[in-house]
Amino acid sequence: MKSKVNIKTVSYYATLGILVIFFLMPAYMAVVTALKQPGDITLPTSWDLPATLNWASFSEAFAMLRPNLVNSFILTICATAGSTILGSLNGYVFSKWKFKGSEIIFTLFLFGMFIPYQVILIPLFQTLRAMNLYGGLPGLILAHIVYGLPITSLIFRNFYAQIPDSLIESARLDGAGFFSVYLKLVFPLSIPGFVVTSLWQFTQIWNEFLWAITLTRHSENPITVGLANLAGGQAVSWNLPMAGSIMAALPVLCIYIFLGRYFIRGLLAGSVKE
Amino acid sequence: MAQVKLNNVVKNYGNVKVVHGADLLIDDSEFIVLVGPSGCGKSTILRMIAGLETISGGEIVIGDQVVNRVSPKDRNVAMVFQNYALYPHMTVRENMAFGLKMAKEPRDIIEKKVNQAAATLELGPYLDRKPAALSGGQRQRVAMGRAIVRQPDVFLFDEPLSNLDAQLRTQMRMELKKLHLQFKTTTIYVTHDQIEAMTLADRIVILKDGYIQQVGSPIEVFERPANVFVAQFIGNPPMNIIKGKCTRVNGAMTLVAGDLSLQLPEDKYQDIAEGKSVLIGIRPDGIKVRDVEHRIREEWRKEATVNVAEILGGQSLLELNISNNRFIAEVEGRMKLHPGDKVTVGFELDRVVLFDPETTEAIA
Repeated sequence: MKSKVNIKTVSYYATLGILVIFFLMPAYMAVVTALKQPGDITLPTSWDLPATLNWASFSEAFAMLRPNLVNSFILTICATAGSTILGSLNGYVFSKWKFKGSEIIFTLFLFGMFIPYQVILIPLFQTLRAMNLYGGLPGLILAHIVYGLPITSLIFRNFYAQIPDSLIESARLDGAGFFSVYLKLVFPLSIPGFVVTSLWQFTQIWNEFLWAITLTRHSENPITVGLANLAGGQAVSWNLPMAGSIMAALPVLCIYIFLGRYFIRGLLAGSVKE
Repeated sequence: MAQVKLNNVVKNYGNVKVVHGADLLIDDSEFIVLVGPSGCGKSTILRMIAGLETISGGEIVIGDQVVNRVSPKDRNVAMVFQNYALYPHMTVRENMAFGLKMAKEPRDIIEKKVNQAAATLELGPYLDRKPAALSGGQRQRVAMGRAIVRQPDVFLFDEPLSNLDAQLRTQMRMELKKLHLQFKTTTIYVTHDQIEAMTLADRIVILKDGYIQQVGSPIEVFERPANVFVAQFIGNPPMNIIKGKCTRVNGAMTLVAGDLSLQLPEDKYQDIAEGKSVLIGIRPDGIKVRDVEHRIREEWRKEATVNVAEILGGQSLLELNISNNRFIAEVEGRMKLHPGDKVTVGFELDRVVLFDPETTEAIA
């Protein structure tokens, strides 16, 4: 079959090409600026390619952001694990062990998803202070676990809704109780659910800035706050924050590159009959 | 093995009553089939026996223990589900061993029992496969294997064959029957398929709208249905039911329906009130077309006109007009008849069943 090049196809790809250029502009700017000598960075030449490649920006930025990166990893891994495991248990109860009023409680749970971060900032600050958790990572981890529960519970509940009830009933007749049904049956079947939920939570928590800057003291700041500090001085060497932001974006980027297909599959799961 | 007793068992969902005081005694090692149209409460009763539904009233006794408040795992019952409910991430072996593992049986005993059950069900070659790699019939067998290895007191089957194609269903039905003859475990089987009910059951329980309509052996419910519902639910094509009246003609009790009059047998329905309206029930296989002169008394032979003739391979279905009444007859052999043909038919009137037109209950 001969492929036909017509105006429609050309304009289609042209539009897409222009949008791609727009979309990639910030990324181009970040990479180009990161690789320049601090002295070469001026507004009139900001779009130019660097004269010499200055890889030292990365090592320098890494040295400065290292404590923040460590904090971010601790924060994100703990909070993701916590909210995902608890969300899975919630989803299990809300889908397979319904009790009187469980639908109402689930709906109330979902309200949590629609509360903006900013709205609960001050009460959250007061609560953590009253709990003696203000300023450190554990407080921020707890906040993210609780705030993540609505979405993780929702994802797991919908994921578990696809597991036929008769499977659970069969296991119960086979002698399994609440926890053994979960451990032997539901958990092994929910690996894709765990991948989707962890990806989602990891991205959200890694990229979060407002709570991070409000609820942690300087030594406990995660990467987003560290990055802002790097860019927030008076005479900024712009190559450093640019190199830093590329490094900050890398973990999330890698995760999507390697696990993204599970994410798409997980989000689509159950939407079509197999 | 155990006896199962239902004493006035009730199930409500909110204000909706779905089972109205069911009483049933199932003998040790009996094969009982619960049958009825959808929504009749048969699955609900089965699930209450399994412990998957709470009991709103009355009591269920397994062996000599009232199990109303006993959790499913402690009732020692095994259930086979319509969709098999195999654990998809486990191999056939692990699926069958799951219940025994939960019961913390020693590993060598589990191994032995699983291998035995696999041999009985011819599942040996598939023990290390996952359910996704099995055909429908094999999955069904694994589901049965999972029930058998546990040696439960009671087997519960919830429409286990309805996901199989017709041929496989017939084959599995026979295997089920053989398994029951071999293990003699008390079995409660739910189906909406009356052929399964007729072929498998020691006794059939027919349900409608949460009420038990009749309990009896397959032949009993076929030949002596308790009411019009049972008469038409059991048997395919259903029993012919026509409106008529009882009168005495020359001293003999006679059924009259339009232009049709049939003398009742001397040992049946003789004390019925004269002039009483009745519904006359005659099975399609109770109307004979071949060899009528030799097989049927003269008073029960009538002239009929063929409306439609259907040949079903080994037998034929005829829709007949007999003295302005419409009957379906099921006759052996291939009858090459055409609409409008005249035939002589004979009623096996010793098999007639009369129903009260108001209550639709059978008249004693």
